[in-house]
Amino acid sequence: MQITTIVNGRSFTRDVEPRTLLVHYIRDLLGLTGTNVGCDTSSCGACTILMNGESVKSCTVLAVQADGKELTTIEGMASDSGLHPIQKAFQENHGLQCGYCTPGMIMATASFLKENPKPTEAEVREALEGNLCRCTGYHNIVKSVLAAAEAMEGAVK
Amino acid sequence: MTALQTGSSQRVTGKRLLRREDPELLTGEARFVDDLYQQDALYMALLRSPLAHAKIISIDVSEARKMPGVHEVLSGRDLREEFSAPMPCAWPVTEDMKNPPHYPIASDVVHYVGDAVAVVIASDKVAAVDALAAIDVKYEALPVVTELEEALLDRNLVHPSLGTNSCFVWKLEPDRAGVDQAFASAAHVVTNRYVQQRLIPSALEPRGVLAVPHPYGAEYTLFSSTQIPHILKLMLSTTLGISEAKLRVVAPSVGGGFGSKLNVYAEEVLALALARKLSKPVRWTEERSEGALTTIHGRGQVQEVELAADSNGRITAVRVNILADMGAYLQLLTPGVPLLGAFLYHGQYDVPAYSFTCTGLFTNKTPTDAYRGAGRPEATFAIERSIDSLARKIGIDPAEIRRRNFIPVDKFPYSSVPGLIFDSGNYEPALQAALEKVGYAQLRMEQEKRRTQGSRKHLGIGISSYVEMCGLAPSKVLGSLRYSAGGWESATVRILPTSKVQVTTGTAPHGQGHETSWSMIVADRLGVSLEDVEVLHSDTAVAPFGMDTYGSRSVAVGGSAVYLATEKVLDKARLIAAHKLEVSPEDLEYSDGMFKVKGSAEKSFALSSVALEAFTAHDLPDGIEPNLEASVTWDPPNFTFPFGTHIAVVEVDEETGDTRLVRYVSVDDVGNQINPMIVEGQLEGGIAQGVAQALYEEAAYDEQGNLLDTTFIEYMLPSAVELPSFELASTVTPSPTNPLGVKGVGEAGCIASPPAVINAIVDALSPFGIEHIDMPASPQKVWSAIESSRGDGK
Repeated sequence: MQITTIVNGRSFTRDVEPRTLLVHYIRDLLGLTGTNVGCDTSSCGACTILMNGESVKSCTVLAVQADGKELTTIEGMASDSGLHPIQKAFQENHGLQCGYCTPGMIMATASFLKENPKPTEAEVREALEGNLCRCTGYHNIVKSVLAAAEAMEGAVK
Repeated sequence: MTALQTGSSQRVTGKRLLRREDPELLTGEARFVDDLYQQDALYMALLRSPLAHAKIISIDVSEARKMPGVHEVLSGRDLREEFSAPMPCAWPVTEDMKNPPHYPIASDVVHYVGDAVAVVIASDKVAAVDALAAIDVKYEALPVVTELEEALLDRNLVHPSLGTNSCFVWKLEPDRAGVDQAFASAAHVVTNRYVQQRLIPSALEPRGVLAVPHPYGAEYTLFSSTQIPHILKLMLSTTLGISEAKLRVVAPSVGGGFGSKLNVYAEEVLALALARKLSKPVRWTEERSEGALTTIHGRGQVQEVELAADSNGRITAVRVNILADMGAYLQLLTPGVPLLGAFLYHGQYDVPAYSFTCTGLFTNKTPTDAYRGAGRPEATFAIERSIDSLARKIGIDPAEIRRRNFIPVDKFPYSSVPGLIFDSGNYEPALQAALEKVGYAQLRMEQEKRRTQGSRKHLGIGISSYVEMCGLAPSKVLGSLRYSAGGWESATVRILPTSKVQVTTGTAPHGQGHETSWSMIVADRLGVSLEDVEVLHSDTAVAPFGMDTYGSRSVAVGGSAVYLATEKVLDKARLIAAHKLEVSPEDLEYSDGMFKVKGSAEKSFALSSVALEAFTAHDLPDGIEPNLEASVTWDPPNFTFPFGTHIAVVEVDEETGDTRLVRYVSVDDVGNQINPMIVEGQLEGGIAQGVAQALYEEAAYDEQGNLLDTTFIEYMLPSAVELPSFELASTVTPSPTNPLGVKGVGEAGCIASPPAVINAIVDALSPFGIEHIDMPASPQKVWSAIESSRGDGK
């Protein structure tokens, strides 16, 4: 079947099999390999993207379900003016080591901070429960998200 | 220690500089193996045995061959001719060690659930996986061995042709009579049995491989999600009979390893074999549940640990007997893992008598091998749990008993009874700092208060004072332990004509930030801008010699090689500068990219000018080769010995058995720190993995040898919710072993933390008379222990 999606502001129309997962559509058909796959049970969150502004694990969504939707992947976060404040916060707080979970962490953070722009540490930990990291022990990821919240709060006002 | 010499007036080492690796990882630009585009690549899928031990009666691939998109379907027997040698084990720990032939794909008998029996090659991944279902395999089940104590009895055999399940018996008994005598005359003896459960390393990037043939030159490039491109290249060359000169191995961005990618895997061998056979690129990426079965597991030991002590709680002897689970076959370093801990069962304590015996045993399970810490977490757990057990028996505070036993600071370098030389250490200040940071006295009061108030939430405080050995490794020592390779590391530093600096290293980072740290070391020594230093790695065509990244070795050995190569290049540059300035080289001093004549600062020659002079070679001193580069292969004279004290504070709910880690304090001494931000990141990640061993993770098997937790739904990798923020501090005792004074930090966190957490739980439960909880200390285990203690007449 043919589906059309707007990905990072660009429109794509592609033929997909009904069983194709959204993450494979993004990676294999659109060539956007920044979105990673870390498990086969929707547990790790490495494949998290935004669909119409809300975070989804793109391995739990069929590509056909994204027909007509706007998607943002990690490749859509930085702009001509540089890294997104969340990306910057992750770098400044050493919120990544191997970087494999990072795109999913950043996309989950983007969605979470929209819902809760001034979170507590406990709320950040709760919000990231569905995103696994094996390198950082989450210590610096939590710091990064709190720092991003602060930076973005400043940017909004 | 040699003072770290800097050529910069603005030192960069020791600073929290942001990582240069990050931008591409943060934006999705980084390329992991599965991200690499390769035209015409075929996909490999493997049919795996559902039985833990069985004879293969027949394999019918005829239906699978007819499936759409399928190019080839082959069984183990079809592929036997492809392999020149079995899969390698590089560590035959004893002369008579048993190593059954291990091929990437089974032909006659499968030995664990996950052993490959057939391979499909298809035009895409979905077609390949679909075809697996059409292969018909008939098995005849054989008896299965899963438990170590059962394996020891040899009633059923994993490899009947060996006549035993015992792979080796390895002993370290410098003075057996002395040990026996210490136990005979001891005021106190504690004997404990500990289980080091199997763990699944769970790097977040699944393993993947892409083998690309270049048929016209009979050359091959293999891209793999590996920690060891160099070792892998050598081993693939021998396993497949491909000339070492015709094979290039590249590790692109690698998403974590923790030892699980420190191996030569069946899929790497098979993909390359099939790329050669079919003259087509072949790729494979593991599914998470496939990886749980086929990527190595860690730990897997049963330990019997005895301490003898005098009436003051001074330990007089340590006697250890362990059973170590090899799994079904020996992987690259499987039998050597227990040896990495064998020398360290006395921990930070000055113990005069020591004996260690390890029996390696085959089981019908996934092979084990080095997982973060490899042998040292097991040793640390054994001594740190045992000393708490001794403290409780004698009635001494756990902090105090440690103080009484520490190796005194004036004994360093310390020759240990098991035979190591601990390069430097100062244990008491780290313990003291940790006690102060956690507020030990107040916590004890709070604990007592809760107990007297009858609170159901018990507070527990657990101390773990650890020392480990890393910086792998002096080649001669490795040789004496029968390891098949050396432990050196290589580096090349090149100053290009435009004076940019290119560094190649034999280390293979996969999250550790070597590009950042190595460039800091070089920029600091040369006094050039950090941005002018480029670090190349993880490609055998770029850095032909390397021993790769594992065992917390990279900065101590690889970073030192980089530093020494920088020194060497400066030595050459000095000769050229002296020639141009018409002075003697000894008259020059160097800083901030300038050679200056001592005492007449106006006479100077820039390093950038030297680089150009070396390149044009129009006017070089006699006997000096053109170009400005130097290579060093550095073999460390000793291991390094990081240490510290970690303290866990837990709250245990007596009604549910649930344990909550409420605080975690660590004071670590890893010697000099090149980039403290990266050091802390390594510690935090390690602590989390060790806490996970203590509380959550276990690769559990049923009696038929089925792995019960093959996905992240069953295998309990902690999320952010389970963990607190950590409270870190450090002391600095430089290592005299290397020119940087560094020790290594990759594994310290997960070495120290499991006993800290379990000590805290046992401390919390001491009112119930509970002496030990096996890992992982799940709510069920804790609750059952509380319940049965109540049953015992309370």
